[in-house]
Amino acid sequence: MARIDVKGLRHAYTDRPASEADYALRRVDHVFEDGGAYALLGPSGCGKTTLLNIISGLIRPSEGAILFNGTDVTDLPTEARNIAQVFQFPVVYDTMTVYDNLAFPLRNRRVPEEAVARRVREVIAMLGLEERANRRAQGLTGDEKQKISLGRGLVRADVNAILFDEPLTVIDPHLKWALRTQLKEMHRRFGHTMVYVTHDQTEALTFADTVVVMYEGEIVQIGTPEELFERPRHTFVGYFIGSPGMNLLPATLDGTTARLGSQAVELPGRPAMQPAGRLQVGIRPEFVRLGREGMPVSIGKVEDVGRKKIVRAKLEGEDISVVIDEDAEIPAEPHVTFDPAHLNLYADSWRLELGARP
Amino acid sequence: MNKTWNNKAWFLVLPVLALVAFSAVIPLMTVVNYSVQDTFGNNVFFWAGTEWFEEILHSDRFWAAMGRNLVFSAVVLAIEVPLGIFIALNMPRKGWGVPVCLVLMALPLLIPFNVVGTIWQVFGRIDIGLLGRGLYALGLDYNYVNDPVDAWATIVLMDVWHWTSLVVLLCYAGLVSIPDAYYQAAKIDGASRWAVFRYIQLPKMHRVLLIAILLRFMDSFMIYTEPFVLTGGGPGNTTTFLSIDLVKLAIGEFNLGEAAAMSIIYFLIILLMSWVFYTVMTNYGTEKR
Repeated sequence: MARIDVKGLRHAYTDRPASEADYALRRVDHVFEDGGAYALLGPSGCGKTTLLNIISGLIRPSEGAILFNGTDVTDLPTEARNIAQVFQFPVVYDTMTVYDNLAFPLRNRRVPEEAVARRVREVIAMLGLEERANRRAQGLTGDEKQKISLGRGLVRADVNAILFDEPLTVIDPHLKWALRTQLKEMHRRFGHTMVYVTHDQTEALTFADTVVVMYEGEIVQIGTPEELFERPRHTFVGYFIGSPGMNLLPATLDGTTARLGSQAVELPGRPAMQPAGRLQVGIRPEFVRLGREGMPVSIGKVEDVGRKKIVRAKLEGEDISVVIDEDAEIPAEPHVTFDPAHLNLYADSWRLELGARP
Repeated sequence: MNKTWNNKAWFLVLPVLALVAFSAVIPLMTVVNYSVQDTFGNNVFFWAGTEWFEEILHSDRFWAAMGRNLVFSAVVLAIEVPLGIFIALNMPRKGWGVPVCLVLMALPLLIPFNVVGTIWQVFGRIDIGLLGRGLYALGLDYNYVNDPVDAWATIVLMDVWHWTSLVVLLCYAGLVSIPDAYYQAAKIDGASRWAVFRYIQLPKMHRVLLIAILLRFMDSFMIYTEPFVLTGGGPGNTTTFLSIDLVKLAIGEFNLGEAAAMSIIYFLIILLMSWVFYTVMTNYGTEKR
C-alpha cells in the first residue's frame, strides 16, 4: 500500500511533440493518498488511461516523476513496482485452469504454495467461481473471463495500488452493480490504494471517495461527488456530470446582476475581480423551477424518464433543460426561476467564486 | 430438428464432382488400373491381382527409401519448427523493419524448386561453389557428391533454407494477432520471458503451428525436385527418397505395375499420416477441458 505522487507529468506518444495538441497528457500534478479510492473520470481520449499506464510503468512519461511513498519510481519497470492492474478487455491465460490463472501472479513472485492456495481460494469464493476453479479458462464466458482478470488484480495482498482501466465495460449490466459493490467491499476490508478509470459517471460516483475529472489531458476538478455536482469548477464538469448536464447560458455582468439577453438574474454575490472573457451562467436542471412567474420560456419537448420529466425549452433563444416531477403540471404560459444558491458563474469556462457581497 | 430434404440439391454438387473426377479420381484410377495388371508391351495386359503390392511390401528397397524419408521429415521438422518460432519471436513488430523482414522471409518461398536445387548444387561444389570452396579452405573434407553425410547435411540445409520461412511467416501471423493487453497483463503479473512464451505466445500460435507442421510434414515426405537436382539420389542410394525411387522404378526401369502399386501405397501413407497428425494435434488442445 502506498501514497502515490505524480509530479509535473506530461506525455506525448510522438517522439518530438510539436505543439500542445500532441500531448495526450498536458500537465498532471496529483497526490493519491494511501488507502484512497479514486475514480479518474473523463471522456474517451482525455488521457486517463495514459495516466494509469504511467503509474503502473507500462508507459514512461515524457516529462515528470512518479513517487511511491516518497521514492522515485519513474525509471522502475512495471515488474518492480508491485502494482496490480485490470484492463478493459479480459486477459486470461487460455491453457491454464481458473485456479492457475489466479495463482499465476503469486507463483511468479515465489509465494509459498500454501499461501497461494489460501489467497486463491479466498478470491475464487469472493468472485463466485468455485465451480469453475479446475476448468480451463478457454471455454468460459466473457463475464467469467473478466472476473478472472479482476481476480488476478486482487489476489496479491501486498500491492502498492490496484489500478482499474474501465474493468466493467464488457460485464453484463446486472452483474456490474454486484461487482462494483464487491470492489468497494474489498477496498473497505484491505484498504488498498485504488484508482478506477471510467467514462461512466455513475460508476465513478458510486465507487470513489474522490473523483478526478480529466478533460483534454488535464485534471479539471478533484472533489467528492457532491462537490462535482454542486460546484463544477469547469463548464466541462457541469456538462459531463449529471443527466442532463448543467445549463450554460451566455451572460453579461452588471454588479451582482447577470443579464441573459433581455432578462436579468440576481447572483448571490459578486466575483472578487471584474471578470474578463466569455461569461456564462450555469444552473443545473434540477435547480430550475418551472411556474407562472419569472422569465418566459418556450417549451420544445418533454421527455419522460421514469419518476422525473425533462423539459427541453428555449430561454432567450438558448437551450435550457428543466427537471420536474412526474406529476407536475406544465403551465400554459411557462416561466422559469433559478435557485440562487445553486447559480454558478463561469469566465472562459472556469468557475468564479461569488464570495464578495457588495 | 427437422431437416428439409431436397434431392435437387445434388445437381448443385455435380460441377464440383465432375471437376474432381477429371483432376483427381480418373488419373488415380488409371494408376489403380496399372497396379493390378502386368504387360509385356503392345498394349496387352494380364490380370496380376495383388502381386505388385505384395512385391512392394516385401521389398527391402522400398522400406529403405521409406526409412530415409521418415528420418528426413523428422530432422527437417525438428530444425525448422523451433528455428521458425525463434525467428518469428525476434522479428520486429513495427517500423520499417517489418516489410524488409517479410520480403526477405518470403524470397526463398518464391524460387522454383529446381532452381533451389541448382543454386545449392552450384553453391556446394568444391571446385567453384562458395560453400564447397569455403569449407575446403577451412580444411574440412566436404564433398556432397561422394560423402553420404555431406550429401544429407546439404539436403537438410537446403530444405531449412527453403522452407523455414513458411514456419516463420505462419508463426509471425499468429504472434501479431496477440493484443498488447496480454503483454501488459503479463508484466503486471510479473511473468518471466519464458512464462510469456509458454502461456501467451505458444497457445496463441497453436493453430498456425499445427498447420505449419502439417504442411512441412507432407511436403518433406513428398520431397523430390531439390534432392533430385542436387544429388540425384546418390551417392549410392543414400539420398534416394520414396519419390525419387518411384520415378526410377517407373521411368528408369519402366516397371509400371510395381511403380503404380508403390504410388498407391505412398499416397495412402501420406493420407494416413496427415490424418493421424491432424487428429492428434487438434485433440491435444481440447482434451484437457
